[in-house]
Amino acid sequence: MSRRPYKRELQKTWWLRQPRYVRYMMREMSAFFIGVYVLILIIALSQLAQGEAAYNAFLAIATGPAETGFAFVTLIFAIYHSYTWFQVTPKAMPLMLGGKPVPGAFIIGAHWFGFAVLSVALWLLVGS
Amino acid sequence: MASSNKPVIWALFAAGGTAAAFLLPMLIMITCFAVPLGLLPAETLSYEHVSELLQHPLGKLVTFGVLFVIIWHAAHRVRITAHDLGIHRDTLVMTVCYGIAALGSLIALVALPAI
Repeated sequence: MSRRPYKRELQKTWWLRQPRYVRYMMREMSAFFIGVYVLILIIALSQLAQGEAAYNAFLAIATGPAETGFAFVTLIFAIYHSYTWFQVTPKAMPLMLGGKPVPGAFIIGAHWFGFAVLSVALWLLVGS
Repeated sequence: MASSNKPVIWALFAAGGTAAAFLLPMLIMITCFAVPLGLLPAETLSYEHVSELLQHPLGKLVTFGVLFVIIWHAAHRVRITAHDLGIHRDTLVMTVCYGIAALGSLIALVALPAI
C-alpha cells in the first residue's frame, strides 16, 4: 500500500512572520546558546583537571572580546529562558491551597524569589 | 508493552530547564562579566580558587548534576528546534545533539573527580 501524504510546504522563515512566532523561536534558540555555554564550562573543568598551565591557557582564550560578546548574547538568552520558564509554571504545575487555586502571579513570583535567593547564594559562594 | 524513551528525555528536559532558569543568568554573570566589570576580584576565576571551590565531593556532585541536566535540556530543545527550522533529518540531528550531550557528560564525569 503506497501512500503519499499531503505535506504542506513551509518556508524556513515562517517564524519571522509574526512577533509571537519570533518570541517562540527566541525561546527555543536559547537552548543553543545555553548548550554551547555549558559545553565551554565543561571544557573549563577538563582543563582545570589537567593542571594550572592548561587552565590558564583556556582562560586566556575564553576571555577574548569575541568570547565576551558571545557570553553577552548568551546572558540575554539565558534571562529570556528564565522568564519564559517561570511564566509557564502556573500551567505546568497548578497549585491548590485550601481548595482554592493559587493565583498564577503568585507561583511565578515565588519562582523569581527563588531565582533571587539562589543568585545571591551563588554570588556569595563563588565570590568568597 | 511499548517502550519509549520519552519520559526519561522529558524528565531530563524539565530538570535541565529548571536548573538553567534558576542558575544560569548569575553563573554567566560571575564567569564572564563580574571580573572584567570589577565586581569581583581577578582571583575569583584563578586556578587555585576554582579548584578550591570544587574540592568537596558534594560540590563536585552538584556541579555534575547541574551541568548534566542542562546539557541534555539544551540538546533536546535544539533537536526539536531543528525540525521547526525545516531540518527534517531527525536521526542525524538526534545523533549529533544527544552525542554532544553524552560526550560533554562523560568529560565532566571524568574531569570533576580529578580536580
